[in-house]
Amino acid sequence: MDMQATPPIELRRFSDRIGFVTLTRKEVRRFMAVLGQTVTAPVITALLYLLVFAQAMAGRASAYPGVSYTEFLVPGLVMMAVIQNAFANSASSLIQSKVMGNLVFLMMAPLGPLEWFGAYVAAALLRAALVAAAMLAVVTPFVHLPVRAPLALFAMFLLAGGSLAVLGIIAGIVSQKFDHIAAFTNFFIMPLSFLSGVFYSVHSLPPLWFHASRFNPFFYMIDGFRYGFFGQSDVSILASLLWSAGFLVAVSAVCLWMLASGYKLRR
Amino acid sequence: MNDSRALSPAIEISGLSKRYGTVEALKGVSFAIQRGEFFGLLGPNGAGKSTLINIVAGLVRQDQGRVAVLGYDTVKDWRRARRAIGVVPQELVFDPFFTVEQVLEIQAGYYGCGREVRPWIEQLIERLDLGGKRRASMRALSGGQKRRVMLAQALVHRPPVVILDEPTAGVDVELRRSLWRFMRELHDEGTTVVLTTHYLDEAQDLCSRIAIIDRGAVRVIESTEQLLARHPFRFLRLKLADGAQLPDALRPLVTGHKNGALELKLERDRHPIGAVFAALKSAGVDIEDVHTREPDLEDIFVELTAARVPAVQQG
Repeated sequence: MDMQATPPIELRRFSDRIGFVTLTRKEVRRFMAVLGQTVTAPVITALLYLLVFAQAMAGRASAYPGVSYTEFLVPGLVMMAVIQNAFANSASSLIQSKVMGNLVFLMMAPLGPLEWFGAYVAAALLRAALVAAAMLAVVTPFVHLPVRAPLALFAMFLLAGGSLAVLGIIAGIVSQKFDHIAAFTNFFIMPLSFLSGVFYSVHSLPPLWFHASRFNPFFYMIDGFRYGFFGQSDVSILASLLWSAGFLVAVSAVCLWMLASGYKLRR
Repeated sequence: MNDSRALSPAIEISGLSKRYGTVEALKGVSFAIQRGEFFGLLGPNGAGKSTLINIVAGLVRQDQGRVAVLGYDTVKDWRRARRAIGVVPQELVFDPFFTVEQVLEIQAGYYGCGREVRPWIEQLIERLDLGGKRRASMRALSGGQKRRVMLAQALVHRPPVVILDEPTAGVDVELRRSLWRFMRELHDEGTTVVLTTHYLDEAQDLCSRIAIIDRGAVRVIESTEQLLARHPFRFLRLKLADGAQLPDALRPLVTGHKNGALELKLERDRHPIGAVFAALKSAGVDIEDVHTREPDLEDIFVELTAARVPAVQQG
């Protein structure tokens, strides 16, 4: 990174409410304008996973007492969709604006790091919520999903969706072209989300992979989210909340530093 | 606003330096643009104009030095500085997801403007002849229309200082003239306008003061009149009769050939036109046609950027 002789822009509170609201609305309008790609397509993909895995693994013993494999699968798939779509929303919006060149209109505006951060995260969370709600609405008539711990469910959604939205901003800042975002998605987001216990309980893994999973932040996001439905999980809900909150704080700190210092943006 | 800020220049640049790897894009540039000026920033490609504008606009961080817009430091008081300025970028860039109206409303919102700015947006749409396209998607507009939307975006928050980075690059003559008219109106309304352009006739016609920047340094900064009067030469175009040869003494003055005529560059003090004609007469050279031309900005620009003119620093 280039060392800047001038100090980074100071972090301030939300001093421009209209600017923040405008950027949030713009980001929401952006994904709503292509709803087929941004919401419908991921819902269909996740439902196909559900259909295939539920059929293929129908005879498999459930991980938790009183919870069928299909029931076990649904929260994981919903959280995987949340993870992937929250990331995709921030990352694709930023890289599109960079490649098209229209990011200059935002960069020249008197909007600070907190407003950028808040708006991109809010829009990504809304998209992730729409995807999650659509998936749940479609599967609820066929799969029994109790909500034993609604607060935990909601907290895990916010922590996981928020973290991935922030990671999407970081990827958007660091990337210079669409290929870079694809690399982030294919080599980081997809493997970690697939190896996070969506399709299985980590207790069914060999010891090495069991321990490796415990260093995967996505595992806690999925496990904690599943706890919200069934009141049962592979690790304690407190561990999931703490891991997810810690991850959110860590990626947010990096992201806010990048936005405040102009890293890769204001060079 | 305190008194010192009320008197501060529209843009004040002091000791601005920027390096990209081994390339020194700006070498300690200092100058000020006063409020109400129509200021031209000229220079060849790669001179450092865009780096300078990008730093003023907050798109690029300087390595050293300071920029203030209406007295607001662009780093320490960046929100106020950015509100005070509107920049039309050089590249034709747009957001394909939105209509013209939406783009302008969004841009106004970024600057904290709400519904109260709606009448101004309407006025911009009408004045820039975008009325028929207000609900058209940005991707459906022609290049000229997109450029006019970019101009409206820069003005949507009513900035007192506007920078236009080559606004007429690649536009047809009619649009170019309508943009000139609009820029003049803006200036008449009290806006400080900073223009960069490769069309030197445009700068000569519009700007009251001009800075020529080259190799990261300001080579000259003067009023347009001073600049035009600065170089004591004029051009003499001679068409000689068939078979006639220019006397040897005049050959070093030849700067070009066009349509069978020779162009001579004459220094007013050393080469009075009368002396040239006397030399032609004594050599028995018959002249078919004669035309004189005063130097324009292009001649001065070429002179200044071709020679290694020492950089100037102005407060």
